[in-house]
Amino acid sequence: MSRLKSMKRMGVILSSMAVCSFGIIAVSTSSPAGASGYQSQHAGGTLHLDATAAGGTLDPQVNYTLQYWQLYQATYDGLVSFQKVGGDPSFDVVPDLATAMPKVTNAGKTYTFTLRKGIKFSDGKTVTVADVLASFQRLFKVSNPNAGSWYNDIVGGPACVTTPATCKLTSGVVVNAATNSVVFNLIAPDSEFLDQLSVPFGSIIPANTPAKDEGDTPIPGTGAYAFTSYNPNSALIMKRNKFFKVWSAAAQPKGYPDEIDMTFGLPVESEVTAVANGQADWIFDPIPADRLSEISTKYATQVHVHTLTADWYAPMNVNIAPFNNLRARQAVNYALNKNSLVKLYGGPQLAVPTCTILPPGFPGYVKSCAYNSKSSSTYAGPDLKKAKALVKASGTFGAKVAVVAQNDPVDLSVGEYIQGVLNQIGYKATVKPLSQNIEFSYIQNTNNKVQISVTQWFQDYPAASDFLKVLLSCSGFHKASDNSINISGLCSPSIDAKMATAETLELTNQTAANKLWGQIDQTIMTTEAPWVPLFNPKLVDFVGKRVGNYQFSLQFYMYVDQLWVK
Amino acid sequence: MGEIGELPATESVATKITVKLAAVDSESPWRSSLQQLRRNRAAMVSLGVLLFMVAVTLLAPVYAHDIAHSNPFASNLQGRIKIGGHYRSVMPANTQGLGLGVTPIGPTWHFSTYFLGADELGRDVFARILYGGRVTLLIGFSSGLICIAVATVLGMLAGYFGRATDWIISRLLDIVWAFPIYLLAISLSVILVTSGLDLGIVHIGAGSLLLPILIIASVYVPYVARPVRGIVFSLKERDFIQAAIASGASDWHILRKEIWPNVAPSVIVFFPLMVALNILTESALSILGIGVQPPQASWGTIINDGLQLLYTRPWVAIAPGICIVIVCVALNILGDGVRDAFDPRAKLRGSI
Repeated sequence: MSRLKSMKRMGVILSSMAVCSFGIIAVSTSSPAGASGYQSQHAGGTLHLDATAAGGTLDPQVNYTLQYWQLYQATYDGLVSFQKVGGDPSFDVVPDLATAMPKVTNAGKTYTFTLRKGIKFSDGKTVTVADVLASFQRLFKVSNPNAGSWYNDIVGGPACVTTPATCKLTSGVVVNAATNSVVFNLIAPDSEFLDQLSVPFGSIIPANTPAKDEGDTPIPGTGAYAFTSYNPNSALIMKRNKFFKVWSAAAQPKGYPDEIDMTFGLPVESEVTAVANGQADWIFDPIPADRLSEISTKYATQVHVHTLTADWYAPMNVNIAPFNNLRARQAVNYALNKNSLVKLYGGPQLAVPTCTILPPGFPGYVKSCAYNSKSSSTYAGPDLKKAKALVKASGTFGAKVAVVAQNDPVDLSVGEYIQGVLNQIGYKATVKPLSQNIEFSYIQNTNNKVQISVTQWFQDYPAASDFLKVLLSCSGFHKASDNSINISGLCSPSIDAKMATAETLELTNQTAANKLWGQIDQTIMTTEAPWVPLFNPKLVDFVGKRVGNYQFSLQFYMYVDQLWVK
Repeated sequence: MGEIGELPATESVATKITVKLAAVDSESPWRSSLQQLRRNRAAMVSLGVLLFMVAVTLLAPVYAHDIAHSNPFASNLQGRIKIGGHYRSVMPANTQGLGLGVTPIGPTWHFSTYFLGADELGRDVFARILYGGRVTLLIGFSSGLICIAVATVLGMLAGYFGRATDWIISRLLDIVWAFPIYLLAISLSVILVTSGLDLGIVHIGAGSLLLPILIIASVYVPYVARPVRGIVFSLKERDFIQAAIASGASDWHILRKEIWPNVAPSVIVFFPLMVALNILTESALSILGIGVQPPQASWGTIINDGLQLLYTRPWVAIAPGICIVIVCVALNILGDGVRDAFDPRAKLRGSI
């Protein structure tokens, strides 16, 4: 699950206060981006965005950062995409370059799309079914981060993962230029296939795009904007795609600014000052802790807060002492005060304590709290007495424990807090701070014998399996690998079997499947307790005074191209 | 004749001169230098300040346990304190506007509780500064001692034996010298702070204070060893050394009895300055997060903690910064006094 590395990277970028990821629950009022009707009087101007650093390669089939996924919404399209509206409907998948939602046949294993006609790339070439086939072949050839975990469901996918250079997908992606049809044949039914086509990895790009990471070179797309220049040391510039015409406002609405610039290099404190002074319109980075009070009072009308479908959590290694003992893991769950952890993140307006693996508002989420000071589904507080008793009963009292955390301020504070609590309940705990670049890989690798760590997970798309199966099934656990995203190492055949049942059920009865996922969540926490779910973070967007029409997608966050600067 | 008649008087004068010379001889150069140092008011004030800082930091546990009643190494996120008859949260959430963020309590200016306020974990900043000072001073002095000891040995060996010994030692020193000090210290810290140091029989854990001590000591070795080598080179040509060699004295004897007493004053002169430099280096590394590791605290790590509170609680970063300035200025002034007393010709800052 290499994708999580980059997801984590996004978490790293944003972890100081607010955060990122793919999906949220909007708290502020959101209205549809394109459906409300284009207001041409607000068109024009240049939108100035600031980020402390560039987000790496600009290649949409390689890049896995929120920073650019947010921009890709206005520059690239897939056959389907998440609806460009605010609020809950932004989780809905709608036809984009396809004329309609696919016809699903062959017991869920065949998806048939028809490509729209007359759509052009930003270089003027017409989009054809050959581009669609080439895009999916290229996805493997450029070693897309999720090629081996998402797209290998396509017939021929596993061979493409093994030998990307010769990837053909002859039987997996069948195109017909005469009928403009694109047929995907899957090895097995996959209820999340459309979600996976809707993220930027599924973007359709010209067939003649070199089969290598294009890095700083912009690749033509079909969106309302096109990248015109990119220098990771200075700026990224997007201008209107002169070949763009609206075919579906729900999928790709017309944008407002004539130009969108993202400038790199300012320290985040200076970025906040720039927005406050009207020299910038938005900053990508989290607002520093010591500026939150200022912006929430002096610039309250320019601040937007959104709950994210994301977890901060402390995975415990169920395979090594002392946390190979269920009671020891339960003790830590009882001991940590999640209200204190919320304070470390910026207070109750920026995070919500959680007891479950699935975040609130996510498919399958059921409010419950197995380890609580009171018998309640709402988190009330820690129970240190019970925690100490469990530590003694487990026979792990006095064990040495190292808490691994990133060395950025918030992560490290959380790590130090956990260390203090572990000492309180009878362990001899230390903190091991690691650089942001290596911590996420380090805690995954079993060779490093990490006992407990601090990390985050942000959704890729709205599916319970994106948390439960990815993070806690046997398939996510790989010994001696940096890509063992099941950090706690939990591998329970009975829980895996339940997950398989839920996935099968998703194909026919989503409601029943969600209910089952909710049960699995609770079962894992009560019978295994492999994590301490800490809190669900919120995102703070601070926009310039002149900015209007702020809209927020649960999936990809603020719609950059829908902002008014006139 | 009168002159003859005055002979006894002359004898008396000679006797007096002899007695006086004997008195001067009995006052060793060390004693004389110490007396001169004692007469240097600025140096003595600096020494006093330094001793005061050391004493205050040594009393950290007394302050934390008996006066502030706080644990400077444990978070206190839900804590409340009583000030002026009113209870206040140590980590109050902002309530104005949108209510975003949590701002730690600021300085109370009451010695009994949170004198300088709280840090991001609700810990008493003043108590942490006292504890942090112990670590900072420990690292500064111990790394200074190690650096001076190693550098002196290497410099004396290179300077005295010359030839291949000098070539090997000098090239090793050149390698270290080739790197900018901070770049080398940062590089070593980044590697060792993560994994610790494993030399087979010796293993130093990742969070051990020995790591910053050894790293800081090692990066400054060439800057002391070089001047020492130069001094020994020049001493070796002096008559008394040549005489000792001609008399068949062993190398060990010459190094110990003839060279070392002449090198020692210069080495002593280096010490205060090295301690000051090492304190600054430790602080720089800790501010970058690659020096002292939690749960230990040093003045540098406290400044690091304070960086994220610079707008709202600047004292968290300013107070340890002031401590560093006081100690380093005191060490520099003391160092100048020691130089004037022991080796007035030494060019300290030019060599480092």
